[in-house]
Amino acid sequence: MNNRAYIAADNDGQPILKFLLRELKPKGKALTPFNIISVPIILLGVVLIVYRFIYGIGSITNLSQDMPWGLWIGFDVVTGVAFAGGAYVLTFMVYILNMKKYHSIVRVTVLNGFLAYLFYAGALLLDLGRPWNVINPIIGNNFGVSSVLFLVAWHFLLYMVAQLIEFSPAIAEWLGARRARKILSGMTLAAVIFGITLSMLHQSGLGALYLMAKEKIHPLWYSEFIPIMFFVSSIFAGLSMVIFEGSVSHRIFADQISDKHQKAQAGIIHGLAKVCTGALFAYFFLQVLVFLHGKNWVYINTPMGYWFLVEMLGFVLVPMLLFFYSYRKGNIFLIRLASIVTMVGVVLNRLNVTVIGFRWDAAVHYVPSWMEIVVTLTVLFTEIWIFRWVINRMPVLRESPKWVNETKTNQVSVVDHRRA
Amino acid sequence: MDLNRRSFFKVMGATGLTLAVGKDLKASPKAGKEKEFYGVLYDSVRCKGCRGCEYDCADANGLPEPLPNKEIKGLRKPDEFHRTVVNEYKTSKGIVYAKMQCMHCNEPACAAACLTQAMTKTQDGPVIWRGDKCMGCRYCMVSCPYDTPKFEFHSANPKIQKCTMCYETRVQKGELPACVENCPNEALMFGTRRELITEARKRIVENPDLYYDHINGEHEAGGTCWLQLSPVPFHELGVKTVSNESYPSMTKGFLYSVPSVFVLVPALLLGIQQSTKGNSLKEDNEDE
Repeated sequence: MNNRAYIAADNDGQPILKFLLRELKPKGKALTPFNIISVPIILLGVVLIVYRFIYGIGSITNLSQDMPWGLWIGFDVVTGVAFAGGAYVLTFMVYILNMKKYHSIVRVTVLNGFLAYLFYAGALLLDLGRPWNVINPIIGNNFGVSSVLFLVAWHFLLYMVAQLIEFSPAIAEWLGARRARKILSGMTLAAVIFGITLSMLHQSGLGALYLMAKEKIHPLWYSEFIPIMFFVSSIFAGLSMVIFEGSVSHRIFADQISDKHQKAQAGIIHGLAKVCTGALFAYFFLQVLVFLHGKNWVYINTPMGYWFLVEMLGFVLVPMLLFFYSYRKGNIFLIRLASIVTMVGVVLNRLNVTVIGFRWDAAVHYVPSWMEIVVTLTVLFTEIWIFRWVINRMPVLRESPKWVNETKTNQVSVVDHRRA
Repeated sequence: MDLNRRSFFKVMGATGLTLAVGKDLKASPKAGKEKEFYGVLYDSVRCKGCRGCEYDCADANGLPEPLPNKEIKGLRKPDEFHRTVVNEYKTSKGIVYAKMQCMHCNEPACAAACLTQAMTKTQDGPVIWRGDKCMGCRYCMVSCPYDTPKFEFHSANPKIQKCTMCYETRVQKGELPACVENCPNEALMFGTRRELITEARKRIVENPDLYYDHINGEHEAGGTCWLQLSPVPFHELGVKTVSNESYPSMTKGFLYSVPSVFVLVPALLLGIQQSTKGNSLKEDNEDE
């Protein structure tokens, strides 16, 4: 099975065009449950997107003058980017703190993060009323520098470049480009440092977007600390996604993962659970502080107050305790469960700020139309398709081709030689 | 060493860029230009609710004609077809009319929110929208405390509709805004903001029984160019309670932290990376 992949990765003698054409062809079974569900939805979604560009955003969404941003921003962009936060946390652990243990999952996490940004920025384009002007803030004739959205847009772009650089050695290995691989992997550290800084700023920036909507967001969710809350929660949102996604891909792509990495998986999940416990605790503590300082208890005995308690207790405190308990007991199943509960909590939190708590007092509250949901699923499924395509071709989960290690050992011995 | 130098340049580049970009944060008027904002004073005491301004506005801006009185039910808000509406309110002092439109904030949230400078505060005071720059993200709508900008959701080439105080079509040519010029009851008055506030105070002082002692827009949202007088407290006229703080200042703290983060965090990260480097080499050897 792996034999063919090796040839592809080490295709020195092959003409590149022929190689690419062959790689473009689908691999594996066509009629998997995922394909059967996703293909019709994607096709329907494409039709809806075409319809939207002809008849306007209002033709397929329930957005209104009072609710200018709905599911596409609140879920696709704001929530999706929080889940993509795993990439910067993991690169911090591996390249900055030099925690070697997590090295085997960096590539897949960065790939996930890159695709998430690519597709969620894409979703942003669907939501733009005048997308042909999207280049204005980029080419420099109209810099709206006082805008948080300007910062977020630029950071999305730059971070995508940083992630592409972080991931590029895998592409070079796939194409068998030895020299390029060497140059690109030399850029990794710079890209990582740049990427972490960008992530800190735009993860919090997504929260800062809502700072001016002071009277529109329910006071239990609005505070001057939204940016910090968004940043801290992106840590455990990202890592829970890494735990969840790792568990899924270890089952689906089991044939690609070496025994060594298969065994290391448990240790990795344990470590991440520990980090999640800490981050969730910090977040919960922050929420309590903001709650007390804002004298927010006056809102508790209302429907929105109960909803707030559900989020804070059920989806922050409970998963925190669950993570704590399960890593102490070494129970992988419970860790996975905790990561899922955490993810639901992050979705709730982001939607509470952007959709549910936004104009909570409106007479007619916004509920996304089925078409908005289909387009969201289209974006999500297309991303998974691309993800699967890359995993099946490039050395992301599986080991790098042999020549990489050969050059590496050479380098190490050179270093050792110099040191001696 | 090589890495150090490269990261150093990266940090310096990023810092320089942020510093260069971070300077002009507020959408406030440029200092040094002694120009006063123009504005409009709207007096609900004088307004007879004829809705003539609605028709003049639609006419001047090429919008569909407003509904006749008998077809109107309940309170209306401006929308993508109506840049202004006049509503009838039953208040503690009987029926009072109130006109709604863009308040033309001194420091507009919409202009601070706009990442393409499509929404912009002109030097003369009116806040205008420029279609050739707008990308339709609707962040102005999220940010505006008065919910002024309206978006054409059912168009493939959607525009933002809002009152521009007829800036480009009339005020720049020395004419009055359409609504002001045609108001038969002199409920609308155009002038510099300073003159208007003086005039408003005068009316309150001369007729304390007729007027509620407050000028809406003098301090709201950091001050607005559109000012309003009323016989009753403003909440009875459906006027939104907004903070007196300027809205762009709410994001200032966050935006000002950006340059510091860009300088300090990479330096810190590089420091940590260097100090943990030894560990990895050892483990490397153990691993492979």
